[in-house]
Amino acid sequence: MTKSILFVGVGGQGIILASKILTEGLVKFGYDVKMSEVHGMAQRGGSVTTQVRFGEKVYSPLIGYGEADVLVAFEKVEAARWTNYLKEGGTMVINDYEIYSLPVLIGKEEYPQDVIEKISDKIEHVKVFKAAEIAESLGNIKVQNIVLLGALIKALGLENLDWASVIKDVLPEKMHEINIKAIEAGMNI
Amino acid sequence: MKKMMSGNEAIARGAYEAGCTVAAAYPGTPSTEILENIATYKGIYSEWAPNEKVAMEVACGASIAGSRSLCAMKHVGVNVAADPLFTIAYEGVNGGLIMVSADDPGMHSSQNEQDNRLFAPHAKVAMIEPSDSQEAKDFIKAAFEISEKFDTAILFRVTTRICHSKGLVELNEREEVGVKEYKKDVKKYVMIPGHARIKHYEVEERLAKLQEYSNNCPLNRIEWGDKKIGIITSGISYQYAKEVFGDKASYLKIGLSYPLPDKMIKKFAKTVDKVYVIEENEPYLENFVKALGIECIGKEFIPVCGELNPDIIRRALTKTEEKKLYSIDVKVPSRPPVLCPGCPHRGIFYAVSKYKDVIATSDIGCYTLGMMEPLNVADTVICMGAGFSAGIGFQKAAMMGGRKDKIFGFMGDSTFFHSGITGLIDAVYNNSPMVAVILDNSITAMTGHQENPGTGKTLMGEVAQVVDIEKIVKAVGIKEENIRIVDPYNLEQTEKAVKEAHEATEPFVIITKQPCALIKEVLKKRAGLHCKIDQDKCKKCKACIRTGCPAIAYKNGQVVIEKSMCNGCTLCKQVCKFDAIERVGE
Repeated sequence: MTKSILFVGVGGQGIILASKILTEGLVKFGYDVKMSEVHGMAQRGGSVTTQVRFGEKVYSPLIGYGEADVLVAFEKVEAARWTNYLKEGGTMVINDYEIYSLPVLIGKEEYPQDVIEKISDKIEHVKVFKAAEIAESLGNIKVQNIVLLGALIKALGLENLDWASVIKDVLPEKMHEINIKAIEAGMNI
Repeated sequence: MKKMMSGNEAIARGAYEAGCTVAAAYPGTPSTEILENIATYKGIYSEWAPNEKVAMEVACGASIAGSRSLCAMKHVGVNVAADPLFTIAYEGVNGGLIMVSADDPGMHSSQNEQDNRLFAPHAKVAMIEPSDSQEAKDFIKAAFEISEKFDTAILFRVTTRICHSKGLVELNEREEVGVKEYKKDVKKYVMIPGHARIKHYEVEERLAKLQEYSNNCPLNRIEWGDKKIGIITSGISYQYAKEVFGDKASYLKIGLSYPLPDKMIKKFAKTVDKVYVIEENEPYLENFVKALGIECIGKEFIPVCGELNPDIIRRALTKTEEKKLYSIDVKVPSRPPVLCPGCPHRGIFYAVSKYKDVIATSDIGCYTLGMMEPLNVADTVICMGAGFSAGIGFQKAAMMGGRKDKIFGFMGDSTFFHSGITGLIDAVYNNSPMVAVILDNSITAMTGHQENPGTGKTLMGEVAQVVDIEKIVKAVGIKEENIRIVDPYNLEQTEKAVKEAHEATEPFVIITKQPCALIKEVLKKRAGLHCKIDQDKCKKCKACIRTGCPAIAYKNGQVVIEKSMCNGCTLCKQVCKFDAIERVGE
């Protein structure tokens, strides 16, 4: 059975790296995997997504409406923006973190204050983390993407695989320690 | 060995394994990583060309000299390179020749959604379409062989979801084919009318042979499943079709998509009860199938506009229950792409935005984002280079209509080299009192920081002579007194240049010089710098917010600057009338 994961967030949050580590791990553990990302204009502070699908044999790299088993939102209004991609009964992993877009900054639009509550009202399986705080306590706010990846791995029930070895495969040596801590922190919350 | 690769990485790997020796490109999403990856392989000369036409011509010349050659570009780049394409189609090749066209259905990062499959029959060159990363690699090797066997250039057509999707790819060794001998042959390589008239007949004969081959080519294959439905498809659409129909249909999966396999299609259509044609954008396959007299279902249910996905196909062609979709009752604020904090383009756009009589003819690059609120500096964006030339046309029309519009044209350094110089020549030659602004941030930024003729480095990492923009501007005839070179982080200097440009009655050039804030060395150099607001002095007038910098926010009754985003460019400090902003750090 093919599983579909949708990563959503804002350009610059490290979504592509998190989905790359997930993808390399899934390959290492014997799955067929496809991953799709969007480059270019969207990266300039825009809304960004990557899609990962894995299983025995995967055809389409794309996920349609109502097809994501897990939706990982690196920023909380992005969770609300992409909700219609979540499968009925699917899981949302949300980073309780705000990034104001320019229309909000210049006062043309408003940033809603009760996003997580409203999502939790409608969706049964919602897991909310303050990944930035966890990452900061580990010593680098930038690894919040890997904390979220850990949380996603747990939501997928794949926490028994050797993810530390995947981090060692993908990242340069000086980044191993903090990223292994981050992924473990994500899996343990 | 198997490796996860994007389609672009796989195309590069295929070129390497096939013994390609020369490759050229101009960066453009979604094609850029093809050449970036080719440059990592030994045994291939690779370069960034100033534009796609040059890249294609470099590849043509290399092919004639005997190299297996490749050029790559985004779909609109093929328009620029169409001139050599249509004639190399007559000349044919010596070493195999591939033009990769990376189309962008859905326009994730493009100004139009043109379907470049239509170029193949128009230019009369063979076309190949892979449907995943493994095929992207394998088909590049097949493309070089077909190119040499049939003496034709190959249009290798991919789309965003092939280029930027990753899948497993089996790696092989490189086949060393070397560089073939070149024999002078003016009837083949010098396209004067007398030679071209003969060549056109040869082109038609070649296409007939290729069509025969297409019917027997392993790139075109039938996968039998349930015969009630027969699906004709190619490229990424094949994956979507398989996702939806699995083995509940049979598939004619087309890899060599020009010339199309007429006999194979007829045989397939006869064996199945009902034919579906599943393809993105134009009804390219569908029109051919219908012209064969075969009834089929396609664009009457599958949209021409936008990118396909399995869900759209499922809704269009199957009876499935509507899924329950979650929807959340919040108004989600829009999140458009914006100029980065510390972007050197912001200063000049801010200065120009104060003039209400200015018409801004802009261009393709990060600076297109000058159109966004609150700067609103763009009236037109058409294509690479039009920032200057469309400005000339606008100015001439305003003159004819007795209007007093003042035209500012904008483009970056890379776009200037691409196709801005000719527009500037036109402004001088035909005396257009427009202002041409060259936003020199020392990099091709929007596509992810590629070198260009102004950066002093080549794609292969070698030191290169810097092509001097100011000298070009002077050489085409812009008078010394009508040129201003400014630091766009210095608002006073920038505003002064804009004011003088606004008053000018002759062609005028402003060059802004400040490297892109995201260049690694710049990030490093400015890492300790940021601006800070003194809350006691701040009158909350929000003038700083009106620069459109995403690092400045009005939160909980205070204007604040997000330290981690700010690079200390000080534009906000310079617009603050109350001296409430200071720069800190070193």
